[in-house]
This record gives sequence, C-alpha cells and structure tokens, in this order.
Amino acid sequence: MTSPTKAEGSGPAVALDPELAATSEVDKPKTLEGRSPGQLMWQRFRRDRTGMICAGVVIFFFVISLCAPLLTAISGTNPYTLYGQDPTYADSPVLDDFGLPLGYLGGVSGDHWFGVEPQYGRDLFAMLMYGMRTSLYMALGVTVLLMATGVIIGLIGGYFGGRTDYWIGRVTDFFLSFPQQLFFIAFMPVVTAFFVDPREETPTYFRAVAILIVLWLLGWMGMARLVRSTVLSLREREFVEAAKVSGASPWRIVRKEILPNVVSPILVQFTYQLPSTILTIAFLSFAGVGFVEPTPDWGKLFAAGAKYAEQDPAFMFFPGVALVIFILCFNLLGDSVRDAFDPKSGR
Amino acid sequence: MSDNLTLPAQQGSTGTSTEPLLEVRGLTKHFPIYGGFPIKRKVGAVQAVDGVDLTVGVGESVGLVGESGCGKSTTGRLITRLLEPTAGTISYLGQDITHASRKQLAPVRSDIQMIFQDPYSSLNPRQTVGTIIKSPMEVNGIEPEGGREKKVRELLELVGLNPEHYNRFPHEFSGGQRQRIGVARALALNPKLIVADEPVSALDVSIQAQVVNLLQEVQQELGIAFLFIAHDLAIVRHFSQRVAVMYLGKVVEVGDRDAIYNRPRHPYTHALLSAVPEVAIDDETEAKERIRLYGDVPSPISPPSGCRFRTRCWKAQDKCASEEPPLLQISGNRDGHLTACHFPEDPTTEARAEDVILDPALKALEKDAADDTGAKPAKD
Repeated sequence: MTSPTKAEGSGPAVALDPELAATSEVDKPKTLEGRSPGQLMWQRFRRDRTGMICAGVVIFFFVISLCAPLLTAISGTNPYTLYGQDPTYADSPVLDDFGLPLGYLGGVSGDHWFGVEPQYGRDLFAMLMYGMRTSLYMALGVTVLLMATGVIIGLIGGYFGGRTDYWIGRVTDFFLSFPQQLFFIAFMPVVTAFFVDPREETPTYFRAVAILIVLWLLGWMGMARLVRSTVLSLREREFVEAAKVSGASPWRIVRKEILPNVVSPILVQFTYQLPSTILTIAFLSFAGVGFVEPTPDWGKLFAAGAKYAEQDPAFMFFPGVALVIFILCFNLLGDSVRDAFDPKSGR
Repeated sequence: MSDNLTLPAQQGSTGTSTEPLLEVRGLTKHFPIYGGFPIKRKVGAVQAVDGVDLTVGVGESVGLVGESGCGKSTTGRLITRLLEPTAGTISYLGQDITHASRKQLAPVRSDIQMIFQDPYSSLNPRQTVGTIIKSPMEVNGIEPEGGREKKVRELLELVGLNPEHYNRFPHEFSGGQRQRIGVARALALNPKLIVADEPVSALDVSIQAQVVNLLQEVQQELGIAFLFIAHDLAIVRHFSQRVAVMYLGKVVEVGDRDAIYNRPRHPYTHALLSAVPEVAIDDETEAKERIRLYGDVPSPISPPSGCRFRTRCWKAQDKCASEEPPLLQISGNRDGHLTACHFPEDPTTEARAEDVILDPALKALEKDAADDTGAKPAKD
C-alpha cells in the first residue's frame, strides 16, 4: 500500500511513511500517561469555551456581591439612605414632585449609576449590590444544605434498600405532601417565635437562619428521590459486586464506586436548584415573611419593581438583566461541568 | 436401584484432584416471594439452588454447565458470598465460611475472586483502569514490591494489554479488552480460586477464544483453581478438567471431562450434548440423531416431585415422581463420575437409532418435512 506512493516520490508519501507514523504513535501515549483523571477533567473543561466564559461570569457575580461594601464605597452611596427624602441631599434632587426619578432610565447619573428608587430615592446600585449579596449567599447556603441532605438520605435509602428504604421513602412522601408555598408562609413565624420572643424585634441574622431552616426542611426531598433512583440502578451493576468480592466496606463502595456516578445528576440538580432558591427567597420577601425593609434583597427589588412597573419600568432593568445573565451562565456552567466530569463526552 | 449401586461414594475421590480447596455441601438458596394484603407474608420461594454438592481441588478447573435459569450463576454468587445461603455449608480449606461476616471473611476474600459475565457493567465507568485494578489491593491493604502501580502494569501486561493504558477509562476499550481488565482485577489479589461467571458469553465469538486461552494460561501458569460457569459446552470441554451438569437447582451429573463428554449417563446430559450443533463438512458423514426436549424448564417456585428432570425425560416412570434419585456412582461409571438418575442411559455418545423428539409441534414439522422430501421427486 505504501510502496507505490513511495515510488512516486510525491509529498504526501512522507506522511504515510510507516516509520514516521510509528514514532508519533509512541510519543502520544507517553504524554497521556502522566495525566490523572482530575487533570483530564480540568483539561476537558478548559477546552470548553462557553464553560470558561460562564465560569468567569459566575465567579464575577460572587466576587462583586462579596465586595458590595467596597463597590458602594467607590460609588459613594449606600442602600439605606433615602436620597429623595433626606434633607441632607436636598440640594441635589433625584425625584420629581410625583416621586418619580429625574433623568433618563430611572434617574441614571454620575452619583446614582443605576438610577434611584421611585418615592424614596434609594440608590439602586447599592441596593442591587447588597441585595445580590444577601440573595446569592443565602441561596448558596440553602442549596448546599439541601444537596447534602438529599444526597446522604438518597444514598442511604438507595444503597441499603429494604426496610430502611421503605421508611425513608415514607418520610420523604410525608414532607412532599406539604403544600410548600403555604408552609413557607405559615412556618416562618412559627420558627421565628420558637427562638425569639414575639414582642421583641427579630434580628436580621435570625430571619436569615429561619429562612435557611424552613427552606432546608421543605426542600431536600427532590434531591433525595433523584439520588435514590440513580443509586438503585447502580447498586445492581456488576462493578459494585466486584467491589464486594474484593471485601470493600459499604462505606467505601458508596464513596468510591457509587458517588462518582451520581455526580452528574447532582450537578444538574444543583444548577437548577440555586436559581430557583433565589426566586423562592424573593417570594418569601414578597409575601412579607422573608427579609423586611430596609434589608436589601435581590428578590425584593423585583417585588418593588412590579409595584413601580407602570410609572418607572426602568427600575426593573438592571436587577433583571443581572438575574438573567447570572441564571443563564449558571445553567450553562452546570452543563459544562457535567460534560467535563463525564469521561465519555469525548472532548 | 440397589443393584445399580456399587459405592455409596462421596465425591472428591477423583483420581486427578488433589486436596480439596473448596467444598460445598447441600448448598441451598431460596429467594422468598412475598404477597398478600394488607400484611405481606411469605407465600413461596424460588428454589434457585437446592442442595448442590461440589468440590474444587487445588489448582483444578471445574466447569458448571446447564441451561439458563438452572442456578449456575446463583451458585457462583453463593460461593463468593455475594448472596447469603439459605442452607448448606461452604468450606474453604477446611474453614467454614457459610455465614461468615465481612470482617470474618477478610482473610479469605483475597483468595476467592470472581470474573463477571458482562464486561460493560463490571467496570466502573468513572474510574480509570489503574484505579479499577488497584482498588482490591487497597481494600485488602496489600503493598506489593515496587508499589501498587508497578503491580498494575505487570498485571496489564500479563493479560495482554498495553501497560500504558493505565490511565484510560473503560469505555475506551472493546468488550474483549474490558474482560481482560476484569481478569487483571481478579488476579490483583493473587487468588487461589476464581469463580468465572460466564466470562465469555457476552463476547464476540472471535474474541471468546482469546479470553478463554488467556484464562487457561493463567490457570496453568499461576495454578489457580477455577469454577467455570458457562452454558457453552465446547468452551467448558476446552477449559475444565471436571464438569458438573446442573438442572433446576441441582447437580444431576458430575465427573471428569472425559466421563461427561464421552460416557454420559444422565438423560439430561445426553440431551445437552446432542444439542451441540455440528457442521456437516460433507454429506457422507452420518448426521447424528438428536434429542429434542419439549417445553421449558419447570418453574423453580414449585419444582416437580422426585427427579426434577422427569417432566421432560423420555425414560421417566412412576418411580421418578415418587423418589428423588441420589447423586451416586452408579454401576458402569468410572471413579468420581456421579449420576443422579434411576434409569441411566448407556455410557455412549454414539448416534442413536432414531431421534428422540418430545415436542409435538416439532414432531409434526419433522413429519411434514419427511413427507415433502418424499413427495418432491414424485412431483418432478
């Protein structure tokens, strides 16, 4: 096959030279050899341009919300001052006689980068930065707790099966039968009253803790069911039996054989749970049982935006764009991470 | 019956086998069936394995054959203690491991390993080949000379894979290569006994021979005893020194390779052997008449009384329904060749005078075919 092309002496024949081909093949496995699965995973991820961009955006969001005090120091505003009503700022009015922001796009100016809130004149940039901080880190905390609880309960139920699985299943059903939205509203005051005297003012940190507890207690079931069903099918696979034959403990089998195979559903669920938790926290604030004024909260901005939508539609613009970008990037990032985890994705 | 009996022999007296490595006595596994409402009660049991006696000598390879659903794989899983036996004893080197817990089993674990049927499901898709082969060593705390990684590379080379494939994932390999990885994993602990549960039945025919030859090399060079579970009689013949034939949870005949393949006594063994397809190279060779069994294996939930094969046996009589034939060395058998039958066949595989056809539909078909061939020349 190669000899006729060689005889012709044409250019491409060099590429077909068996000796050259052999040397390049020898080089290849050598470079492959040194890489661990983790390195391969990182390499697959780095090659995914969308994933890299989205990771950058998501990290950017977490960083700016963490640096909210720093950023507001630069802008020279804070989320609590009523720039429209405070007499200190009377010489630079931000609202007209009807309480609507002066200027374009909700009153965007050098002082108020994203404009001001109608009626009160609070600075939207500061409110958004602080609001993102509350919402993102609350949602992150809740989601991590949900995931951890769901994964542990699902793994136990799925792996041990039998009676354990039966009772865990019934408890899950019990929690699932609560009408969630109603119980968020009904439970919040109960949980708060449990720890704080109703006659006293509830401290903000405690409101956060109460939200965390309620969302956690009523939210772990979906994850538990998902993990359980995945584990049920994995448990019957022969590689689990092979691990048993080698004498591995149940703990090791769960950790080394089963858990790595459940990672992708967990990641997918995580990327969809985090944005939905942000919205749930927003709903709680909207219903009046979450954070209350003047605590800035991303979700509450939308509640307020809905109120002002007719007079000042621009108010929703910056928080809305920020949320859309964040959620889109978070979902795309989830996809990319899942692909990177999967050795079969072929990238 | 009693005149048939020459020896009330227990097995293991085979001349070839040395000291017994694994002894299985009366091994039984019943899977309970629950039913009823509102309180679930045990309403029956699938008698998957019902009183199996088996001995595997040191370095010996024993084949276990039988049709689908006869309990071969369950027996293998009971021996590796993946399943808990209902009754009977399993002893390994004289040590009773029938109901040993995981901790009690620990010292024996590394000696008994398993090769699985499906190479696509027996390797964890998220682990590299290196991790898969290494993990049994980690579990048992074995530190081979030169480190585990070096040992893994040696094992990969031993089973005919490139040691450079250490960091690859299972999906990058073909079925045959994957099964080699499975073999390497089983060898990682230097076992004395490997239970191979239909190790080649999921593979391409062209690959089967390679893997069987690999197993044979391993068996002969490393002196590992094998319990080779298969339904392919040709492969078992190639691989095993001794063969046990199972039917519906029981061993019906056991003996050395030659005894089973050339001097079978049990009607079921005859039927199995006659079902092996043969290629007629020229028309002159006399076509061997076949035994064609009728119907399915009876349900293991309520197996037939007496001899379990009687419902499909052409020699069955009243005695077969009332008395269960014991597994004995009947007259005319050689040492170590045990058969469980009241009315054994002649010890031969010579072509029988006529087909034994038990299936009425098949019978009708055959008759039609015979008529056709008879009628055709007349037509032309």
